[in-house]
Amino acid sequence: MFPRPIEQTSLSTQLLYKLLLPVCVAVWLVPLLAVLVTSIRSQGDITRGNIMGWPSEFQLIENYVAVFNESEFAFYLLNTLKITVPSALLAICIASLAGYALAIHRMKIGAPLFLLFLAGNFVPFQILLVPIRNLALETGLYDTATGLVLFHVAFQTGFCALVSRNFIKTIPFELIETARLDGVGEIQIFTRIILPLIKPALAAMLILVFTFVWNDFFWATALTQSNDTRPITAAIQSLNGQFVSRHHLVSAASLLAAMPPVLLFFLMQKQFIAGMTLGASKG
Amino acid sequence: MSNVLTASAAESRSIFKFVPKMPRRIKAYFFIAPAILVFSVLVLYPLVHSIFLSFFSLTGTELFRASNEAQWIGLGNYLELLEDPRFHVSLRNTLLWFLLFMLALPGGLAIALLVNQTVRGIWLYRSLFFFPFVISQVVVGLIFTWFYNPRFGLVAKLWEASGGSAPAILGDPVLVNFGLIAAGLWPQTAFCALIYLTGLCTLSQDQIEAARLDNARGLKLLWYVILPQLRPATFIAFLVTAIGALRSYDLVVIMTDGGPYGSSRVLAYFMYEQALSEYGTRQGYGAAIAVVLFLLTMAVLGLFIWRTMRLEAEN
Repeated sequence: MFPRPIEQTSLSTQLLYKLLLPVCVAVWLVPLLAVLVTSIRSQGDITRGNIMGWPSEFQLIENYVAVFNESEFAFYLLNTLKITVPSALLAICIASLAGYALAIHRMKIGAPLFLLFLAGNFVPFQILLVPIRNLALETGLYDTATGLVLFHVAFQTGFCALVSRNFIKTIPFELIETARLDGVGEIQIFTRIILPLIKPALAAMLILVFTFVWNDFFWATALTQSNDTRPITAAIQSLNGQFVSRHHLVSAASLLAAMPPVLLFFLMQKQFIAGMTLGASKG
Repeated sequence: MSNVLTASAAESRSIFKFVPKMPRRIKAYFFIAPAILVFSVLVLYPLVHSIFLSFFSLTGTELFRASNEAQWIGLGNYLELLEDPRFHVSLRNTLLWFLLFMLALPGGLAIALLVNQTVRGIWLYRSLFFFPFVISQVVVGLIFTWFYNPRFGLVAKLWEASGGSAPAILGDPVLVNFGLIAAGLWPQTAFCALIYLTGLCTLSQDQIEAARLDNARGLKLLWYVILPQLRPATFIAFLVTAIGALRSYDLVVIMTDGGPYGSSRVLAYFMYEQALSEYGTRQGYGAAIAVVLFLLTMAVLGLFIWRTMRLEAEN
């Protein structure tokens, strides 16, 4: 291992390491900790200008409840959920089918398609903006959750197809070969052999797409207009205006809005990292 | 399992009954068709259409149609860009983002080395280092806006504690870019740390032990033995960081809106500002800016594809 495992070093080094680690984490998270402290302050502290010092009283629950009571926060969260969940589900359906074709079948268009999906991941959104917005306007999908779902699915398909292709490549080919010799059809092979085996990859893709779509800001502002469809990332900005000089509430709202992907990351870190690795490495 | 499968084979064949002997390679296209469809309609077509639009003078929010006022002006938009000082600032800032964003690589490696241990609770420490990567950029932007606030921000407090009077980082035409990039580096470094930690897990233990027997230690071991083995991780980290720098948009909108006086514009922001914002609705001009950004992205990506192909050829 590199660096050398800390247990093999002298006692003083071990002690130093154990002291250093929390200090480093604290320094690393300073910007976040400052906001966290602000979010549990009272209005009195904010008006007195005591925004970074020690809070005079703690209002953890009051402030976070106020975010829900004094704004449409819950409504925007729901808007985001209406976009993220269908996007994630649809993306993994399309991508697992595509991954199967790319990994198992020798297609003439396989290699160029692979490169295309790869490149599609990295295309700057700005070059899609004008035509996508026009397309949305023409088809009546502008300012609808359906429109956002469709566009997100398209942007995530490339990445997810690569993840599932790379994962399906690790399945022993004999398994599929045997099934084929037994006369099992392609659809059955996909649903009965492939799908159960790629569950970890499906979970990883689900989490990743959920996170990417949840955090999206560009399309959220470009393709929505009304409060009825506006997701939380876009709404936070207007909340910032609504809660002028009530920094404790904006801080609480921002932290709440960031929460779901962070929780997912903490709970399902293994799948998260596996997904990133599969998407990045070329199997 | 195979018995169950054979039994259901008949029913699966019935789906393709109308073409009883469809070759397998044709069937494969059915699997990939949905992906190709959404990708072509919503990624490829808009991409090509944008390039096409960049040769037109098209103003207003109306849709592009052959009949309306769109006028073919050839390279007109691009020639105008060459003369536009706002474009120069945006391009310069985008390149600054690109260069300084590379600090995420050594930073990420340092964090990865710090947490590549197996002490108690290391899982929590790793997560705490990595998770800024999954925080929405909107929230990162807000966090750093407060952090930099000259009246009550922590940076200002620290500055004052050391005797000076705090500058308004986001209000200063020079400092603003460094402030933005620092905010962007926070999640990006976390991302690189994650990539490097994954890379550190795949190191060849034999080589490290052999090097240690030869008395290689610390930085020397890192430089001559570890880094060469980490090359794939470094390359991925470089790629995502480069793309991340070119994509910088959210933070600029949230933290400065391109200001003060347009000094923190980047290409991605400038494009949106020109094409669809309250400041302008020049769709053709915006498309031309997007094409420039696209070409920069393709240059980075070309490097990646070239490397992938070379590795493929070696195997």
